[in-house]
Parts: sequence; C-alpha cells; structure tokens
Amino acid sequence: MVPGKLNPDPPALIEKSALGAPSVATRHGWDAPAEQASPDSTWERELGWSDEQWERTMATATVLETPDVTLDSLLASPEGRPLLSCIQCGTCAGACPYGDVMHFTPRRLIGMLREGFIDEVIASDDLLSCVTCYDCWAKCPRGLHLTDVLLPVVKEQLLIQLPEVPAELQSALSNTMRYGNPMGESPRKRAAWIDSAGVPVPILRDLGRPVDVLWIVECYAAYYPRGQDNARATARVLDALGVDFAILGAEEKCAGECARLVGEKGLFDTLREQNMATFGKYEYASLLTSDPHAFDAFSFVYPSLGLNKPVDHSTPFLASRLDALRPRLTRELGYRITYHDSCVLGRHNHMHDEPRRILEALPGVTLVEMTHNRDNTICCGGGGGGMWLDTHYKAKGHPRLSDRRVEEAIATGADVLAVSCPYEVPRFEDSLKVLGYDDRMVVRDVMELVAEALDD
Amino acid sequence: MKILVLMKMVPDIVEELEVAGDGTSLDQEYLRFIVNERDDYALEQALILKDRLGATVSVVAPEAPEVDDVLYAALAKGADRVTKVSGIAENTGTRSTAATLAATLSSIPDALPADLVLSGCQAIDDLDGFIAPLLAESLDLPYLGLVSRLTVDAGTAVASKEYAGGVMGRYEVTLPALIGIQGCEKPPRYVPIAKVRAAMTSGDIETVAATSGPDTTQLQVAAMAKPTEAGHAEMLEGSVPDVAEKVADILADRGLL
Repeated sequence: MVPGKLNPDPPALIEKSALGAPSVATRHGWDAPAEQASPDSTWERELGWSDEQWERTMATATVLETPDVTLDSLLASPEGRPLLSCIQCGTCAGACPYGDVMHFTPRRLIGMLREGFIDEVIASDDLLSCVTCYDCWAKCPRGLHLTDVLLPVVKEQLLIQLPEVPAELQSALSNTMRYGNPMGESPRKRAAWIDSAGVPVPILRDLGRPVDVLWIVECYAAYYPRGQDNARATARVLDALGVDFAILGAEEKCAGECARLVGEKGLFDTLREQNMATFGKYEYASLLTSDPHAFDAFSFVYPSLGLNKPVDHSTPFLASRLDALRPRLTRELGYRITYHDSCVLGRHNHMHDEPRRILEALPGVTLVEMTHNRDNTICCGGGGGGMWLDTHYKAKGHPRLSDRRVEEAIATGADVLAVSCPYEVPRFEDSLKVLGYDDRMVVRDVMELVAEALDD
Repeated sequence: MKILVLMKMVPDIVEELEVAGDGTSLDQEYLRFIVNERDDYALEQALILKDRLGATVSVVAPEAPEVDDVLYAALAKGADRVTKVSGIAENTGTRSTAATLAATLSSIPDALPADLVLSGCQAIDDLDGFIAPLLAESLDLPYLGLVSRLTVDAGTAVASKEYAGGVMGRYEVTLPALIGIQGCEKPPRYVPIAKVRAAMTSGDIETVAATSGPDTTQLQVAAMAKPTEAGHAEMLEGSVPDVAEKVADILADRGLL
C-alpha cells in the first residue's frame, strides 16, 4: 500500500514537468493507438528513468490531515495553501472526463476561488459533474490536492445552497443516513447473502472471539444482486486461503467515502462515528474490504478518528497470498480478459500490478490491455456520488463515461471485462447492454474469476 | 403569516412488519418509525410559502420513536419552532385524536391562531384521512383535503386538487384554513446532515403534555394478522414461441380473443 501521507512540499516544478508533458500526450485521446499509452513503451522508456525516479514523481495517495477544513479556511490551511501556486496550465481541465461539458473546470474553479468569485461557482451546479476520478490530481504538475481537498469543500457549499438536490442523489444520501446503505434496503438484511455463500461466513457478534480479519463487505457487495456474486466469491477465496475472518452483518454501515467526496461531510462524519463505535466493540487484527472507496476512507480519513489497524482491499490482499492459492486454481477458464483499473484502487493507490498478477495466475487466461490503463485509466463515472447522478447527467446531455470505457474494452477483442470495484459491475453491464455488446463481453470482478477457477 | 404544520411518525415498512405474540399489535423489536410522507410534503409546502412570502413555520408532532430526528431536520430546513406532544395514548380513536390535538394545540402558547394549518391528508396507518377534517371542525376552520398545489395571496389561498382523468379542481379559500396536503410543486428539500447536526446542538424541541379533548374513545383492536395467500401467479415456461402460444391459448380460454 502506498503510504497515506500528505506530501508537505509540492514536488519541484522541474521534476514534475517531465511527467506533465507525456501525461498530456496520453490523456483521453480516445483514438490514440494502444502502444502510445502503454506504460512500458515510447516516452517512458525514452526518458530512461529508474523506478525510483518514477516513484518520486508519481503523485501519492493523500490523507486529509485537517478534516474540518472549510471553504473559508481553505486557502489558509496546509492542504489548501498550495492552491495559490496553481499555474493555470489547464492540464486538470484537459484531464477531467467531464472537462468538455463543465464550465467551471478545476482550473477555472481555482482561478475563481483565488480572485474571490467562488460564490459564482457554487451558484452553478457544475461541480456535481465531478466524479472524483483523481485524474486532475494525478496529472497536476504542481501536485495540487484537487479531488480530495478542494472539490469536497466547494461541493459541501454547493449541497447546502443548491435549490434542489437531484432526486436520485437525495434519496441515496437520505437512505445512507437512515439505513446505512444508499439503496434504502433493510439493515437487517445486510448479511442475507451469506445463506447462499456455500462456505461459512461468521458474523463477529455471534462468533464471540477476536478474528484476524474483519471483512467490511460494503453496500454494493452486500445488497446489489450482482455485487453479492462478488461477496460470495470473496467468501470462497477467504475460505480456500484458510483466513480467520468475520463480517459485521447487520451492524455494518456504509463507510461514507462517496458521501464525503460529494460534499455531504455531515453524513460522512455521522457514519464515521457510528462505524468507529462498532469497530471499537470488537477485537480484530486488520480490516479487509471489497470496496476501493471504503478502502480509501479507512486508509486515509478514518485514522484521524483513531482507526489504527492495517487496511487492505480484497484484490491486493489476495495478490500477496497468491502462492498459497495457486495449487487450487485448476479450472481452465479459456477467457481473453481486459482489466479495468478503478480510479481509486488504480489511479489513487497505484495498485495496478496486483490484479494483473492474480488474473495471470488463472488457468487459460489471456490478458490484454486497453488503450488507457493503469494511472491513465478512464473513469466509470460512479465515484463521488456519480453512482446516483446518472439521471442528472442524462438531463444535462453529458456522455455516459462507462460507455467510453466499454467501447475501449470491446476494441481489445476481450470477452471478459475484469474489475476490482463493486460500482463498476452495474455501470459496465448497463453500458454493454445499451451499446449492444452484451452478447460479446461479460463483466466480472477479479474475485468472481478466481472463485470460478478454484477447484471444488 | 403564521403557518402551523402537523406531522406524525408511521411504521417504516423497509423492515417487514410482524404481528406481536398478543395477535393485536405490531412486534416492536425491529419496528422503526419514519415521518409520514405526506406530512413531509406539508412541511415542504410551508417552507416554500415561507421562502416566497415570509412566514413563521411551527411544527407540532406527537411523541414517537425517531421523531426528534424529524423535528431537528425540520429546524435545519428552516422551521422556526418545533414541538412534540407527549402522552397521546395508543389506539386513540380518530375522533378522539382530533379532539386531543385540538385541545393540545390550543394549550401551546402562540401556536394558534395560525393563518394556515397544514397537514398530510392521509397516512399509511390512516388511509381514510379523517383526522385533519375532524380537527378543522374542532378548530372551526374551513378544510380542503387532497391538495397538490397551494398558493397564497393577500389572505386567500388557492388550492388545486387532482381528479380522475387528469382533471384539476381549483379552490379559493379565505384564511385561516386547514389544508390537507397530498403533494406540492417539488419534492421535500434535502438538508445536509451537517445542518441537522448543527440544529441538534443549537436547536430546541419543546415538549408539551397532551390535553385530552371531550372525546376519549379508545379503539379495541380485535385481531391483527398478515394477509393470507389466496393463490399464486402461474409462470409460463419455455421458448418464446411456446410461451406466446400458451398466452394465446389462455386468452382464448377466457374468451378474450
């Protein structure tokens, strides 16, 4: 895991500018030839940099050290002060997947903020189009914290002042507050999927003893029917690995990462307090989650409330234990797979090799890459509240980001689109249907593919 | 303008309702309460009028589990004053509840007279929707129910009601009046949780004891049971042409073809 530390000093401009130029060359050129964007070819090789040099220039995942920063105090805060150093180059606007349909791109937003015109930005609902893909942050030559610092505090004011919060988002947020999940499902039914898991899935309260791994299943894997396939597969994999694990069942609530990034800080604070109280009731050595969004929240934002346990996501968790499972991965799959790097696990946490190592270990699998991969991945459109803004985007005439991604996946000739984030399954499956590709490609979580390759 | 909004909590059907062992009440173990949806629209209507014309909005609700959350949210949305009424016995009959509410509202300082009293016109546990008109009678106010649009101008309210076939009825009523709200021009507003949390810190819920009215009828619930299954849908299996043929046969059998 990339250490979750805020870099107090923005990287030197000269160092980042070397990275900045090729980033521009490879950003969202939808028709760019694959070899141009492949991370191990052309410009990266030509620069002849060592891994260490790349490591140094790569933007690292962040921790918000002052969670109570507000818009008023932003430019005076350690996180926000570097915004004054923005050079208005517009790389963020070019990198933003909705940069072409937003009036207030991150570049313009920073300009307005510095000149005292932020109220105009807030009065428009433009920032609802931010799907927190971390691309502006990843490609900023000044290393500015746009996605996780600037945008949430502006969006917080937006949610307060918006005359009408889009209905879908409103119900997701209200449901998360009331029921602990955005679907508005019964909290009591959160663990209903375990009856069909095929392996024992203990609930920590019933177990009555400490466990090594407390698995936070999260909302989409716990409730959404296709997400439950992921949960069942993960349970089988944990069982096969002999991991001592348990879940919270009805006591689990949403981690709240999307609430925070859409600007619903009060909801996030409430969930975080409730979850910390629940975690505090039990003894466990580490946290595991199926959701990259929860992984980010537990890794970077919960620690300020005292969460001090190691946190892992199911994909890197398995990648580090792959050798133990390898003898049991015997079922020939015969799939041509392309892997989609999620914005959070991929771009934000740079976990690109872990899922690929797992997929390459599955019998009969050929792995092919999409044009945009690894840190240069294309967002599915589901982050930062985007999961509940599809109707809003449609009404605004925005393109559907998952459609762009699926077009690229189809172009690889793969028959399976592999993912590591439970949000992506419904998004990509919907896009495959809408675009008429559902007879050519299926979407599978990495865990589902591993469970499929497992002997009985 | 003074607006009084009446709200109440109803069982939340996100959890399956279970009948308790006594066979006459709901099992309380997992029962949760949620604000009656139409009352939430009544509050929204009051806040819309406040935004447009300026008004003080007071909310009164019988005490119930989770009612505090609803009242703090009402404050966060812009209500000026919230009050909960304690001590209304369970199973109080419709007439009796209306009489109690009328007596209690009169006992809350400055609650009455109000220019407008708004309430949801129905609830999932009161589909007949008689409480609001009975209350209007007790308070000697005119009543219009099932209202889905409401405007106020110079002491006159114009209320619209929807009828079958897309017909709208438009009524004028001189204020003060009690209006039973079915819906309003937009869904209830979203209030960020940070504002609700701030209201919990700084806001104040007043509590008043219920004053019994002249009618104190208690209902005796004879029995409560889940509906029994009357039959099952028949699922047609097979290929598309097979299923189409079966559908055609069924329609022919029933004399519909």
